[in-house]
Amino acid sequence: MTEQVVRPLAVRSVGRSLERVDGHEKVTGAAAYAVEHGEADGVIDPLHVWLVQSTVARGRVARLRPEAALSHPGVVAVIDHSNAPRLRDTGNRELLILQDDAVGFRGQVVALVLAESAESAREGAALVDVSYEVEPHEAELREDNATYKPDSVNPDMDTDTEDGDVDAALAAAEVVVDHVYRTPYEHNNPLEPHATTAWWEDDAGREVLSMFDSTQGVHGVVESLAPLFGLEAEQVRVRAPYVGGGFGSKGEAHAHVVAAALAARTTKGRPVKLAVTRQQMFALTGYRTATISHLRLGATADGTLTAIEHAVQEQTSAIREYAEQTASPTRMMYAAPNRRTSHRLARLDVAVPSWMRAPGEMPGMFAHEVAMDELAVACGIDPLEVRERNEPDVDPETGRPFNNRRLLECLHRGAERFDWASRPPGPRATVDGDWWVGTGVASATYPAMKMPGNSARVRSLDDGRYAVAIGSVDIGTGARTVLTQIAADALDVEPGDIDLAIADTRLPPASVAGGSSGTSSWGTAIVAAAQRFRADHGPSPDPGVETTASAADDPAAEQYAFHSFGAVFAEARVNRWTGEVRVPRLLGVYSVGRVVNPMTARSQLLGGLVMGLSAGLFEESHRDPRFGHVVTQDLATYHVAAHADVLDLDAEWLEEADEVFTPMGSRGIGEIGIVGTAAAVANATFHATGVRVRSLPLTADRFLA
Amino acid sequence: MDAHISLTVDGTERSLDVDTRTTLLDALRERLAVTSPKKGCDHGQCGSCTVLLDGRRHLTCLTLAVAHDGAEVVTAAGLADDGLHPVQQAFLDHDGYQCGYCTPGQVCSAVGMLDEAKQGHPSHVTDDLVGDVDLDDDEIRERMSGNLCRCGAYPGILAAIREAATA
Repeated sequence: MTEQVVRPLAVRSVGRSLERVDGHEKVTGAAAYAVEHGEADGVIDPLHVWLVQSTVARGRVARLRPEAALSHPGVVAVIDHSNAPRLRDTGNRELLILQDDAVGFRGQVVALVLAESAESAREGAALVDVSYEVEPHEAELREDNATYKPDSVNPDMDTDTEDGDVDAALAAAEVVVDHVYRTPYEHNNPLEPHATTAWWEDDAGREVLSMFDSTQGVHGVVESLAPLFGLEAEQVRVRAPYVGGGFGSKGEAHAHVVAAALAARTTKGRPVKLAVTRQQMFALTGYRTATISHLRLGATADGTLTAIEHAVQEQTSAIREYAEQTASPTRMMYAAPNRRTSHRLARLDVAVPSWMRAPGEMPGMFAHEVAMDELAVACGIDPLEVRERNEPDVDPETGRPFNNRRLLECLHRGAERFDWASRPPGPRATVDGDWWVGTGVASATYPAMKMPGNSARVRSLDDGRYAVAIGSVDIGTGARTVLTQIAADALDVEPGDIDLAIADTRLPPASVAGGSSGTSSWGTAIVAAAQRFRADHGPSPDPGVETTASAADDPAAEQYAFHSFGAVFAEARVNRWTGEVRVPRLLGVYSVGRVVNPMTARSQLLGGLVMGLSAGLFEESHRDPRFGHVVTQDLATYHVAAHADVLDLDAEWLEEADEVFTPMGSRGIGEIGIVGTAAAVANATFHATGVRVRSLPLTADRFLA
Repeated sequence: MDAHISLTVDGTERSLDVDTRTTLLDALRERLAVTSPKKGCDHGQCGSCTVLLDGRRHLTCLTLAVAHDGAEVVTAAGLADDGLHPVQQAFLDHDGYQCGYCTPGQVCSAVGMLDEAKQGHPSHVTDDLVGDVDLDDDEIRERMSGNLCRCGAYPGILAAIREAATA
């Protein structure tokens, strides 16, 4: 592998609104998602797989009788722990399915039914007769059971931090804000349910597992599955040409991917298709843990913070640990000499939580930004002023200078657009007919991340064009389009001269489409390969020459703290008689580095705002602790924002280029739109009504007390 | 139990034997390899499976194929004889989509909705139930609320339909 020191890009296409290169396929429905591939792609005469899920939260499968299912027309096989192909234990008990009789949560996979049609498979699954030895379970997160201290929090951050003497500072503080903030269980719910097509074939005497999978990272699926099946990485091929959203839930392989591969192992080469149902997704494809944030802010009378404490309680699953880094933004957001953060978990007999858009920042900033609003009220100062007063000179966590911290500019620009100056200072000041009206603000932040392990390939074609390849996935972000633009500029050609190939593990490795790291990670690799290609082959290369390269680490970059920032402004109307909340205006102003494609970037930021609004007003998964499962397991009972819920919505960004961070000058935009949005809405409802709500979602009942 | 049915799908006559449990959506996707309509929930809650069924927008996951012998189905793949339908072009121009999974359903729903409005069908937010429909933003949002978009492309979808409505 060649490592290339990258130079900043001379931008021509980057910065322009190139129409999505896959738009035509999407508006006609020609784009083929994971279980939509046919004979042309090698998927011939597939069998259908249906998952049978446990109906108890903890215990053992006492008896599993497949006879009725097997006698149903069309059913080919029932696979359970007694006859499933063996897997190797890689330490990930979420993936180690059908290897023993243990049940670790309600909804866990206990059997698979293979059939000639989806109808037969589904009916067969209903006919599998399972009885259990039930053991006592715990499925409720409470303050008294979230006491376990994990070794680290996602992805590998310190569990606790402490600086100075928080208790003394709080005791001496002129103003103290001390409250508990809660966010509920939330499910990602991408519109395309998770799905996998899998088949095994012989390739010159070696077994190869091929899959089309709805994933945010094809290489990550190989890393998870190959060791489970005792295969070399080259023996697993994963493709994901189109993925219908993910929002973190497709960031790692979940149990259904293993189920598809296991099922296909038994069919002598015949492909299998496994489409997780919307209901099954609530147990099998990850979710955001509920969080309990104990925030204590100490300040002088003018709102200058002297102490910040953020103690988080949340949950993980007993079978696999995932610790949301909820207090992580509190560590870097505002200045204060005394600071303390901690995370404690309840280990419950429940489905495995995972990444959901802006893990950590989304629930953590809800708590912190509502608390900051409360601090402004307690000090009698404007919410903008309290944030200005606590702007740090350097990253309080690491002591490094921020590269481009422009939070205050975002706040000022948003205030100007939102006519903040004319806002009545006190709450419950404006009535319009049946509605209380108010406005609120919150800050947003998200770390800029670049992942290791990316490389790209550039090859000259016969017609003067260039083939550019990297195994990254476009889950709807616009990656296919922006990588085309980056490649064009890096090679100094037009976007139409780039033939981009992505989303296949046969291509150079790429990290996950997550953590707002995709464009930064993959784009930098493409720039490295293109600049190396030009160095090796010049401006007029012979057809067919190629270069594969990755970007060399930049030691200069390590002296900075890289974060994006934003300011979210919301107007809320709360009905005086019903408590209904509407948000007629929502605006986000962001500092995210250079925007590669204004059109797709705007959609990403607006989409984040919509998801934040949705979390603010609607989203909540109700788990029944008696049975251990989420009872609101469909889109009729788990409410996400519909079109009529989204009114005047806008996003803009500051012009800038962060060329210390990436050669494109970009920093990543996928998560930040959801951060702070629910807090801005909550703060606006307080300004409208005088009722302070510290738990999401902001349902009508909370305003009718 | 199987039944024999015929459907015209995007202008092509198709005949097939279907299990009577088969939804129209599964008949299209699994039996006829017509995957333009998507399966987002299979319960009529998301709108991804919307097609024009005998000229009106319809959720294909909520109806059995056997009930539609002889019907005409138009999916997003069959809206235009050549190139793109104006609604599809407007979706491209206003970036009214991201991942693309709800998009064929959004597009079919928009085409059906524009026709309903033209015929004067009122919605929940229509003040005048008998007059012509003024297809303002609130009307578009209301009438498109059966089609969820988790990517949150609603502002682009609204702009696209607003443009298509006045074209």
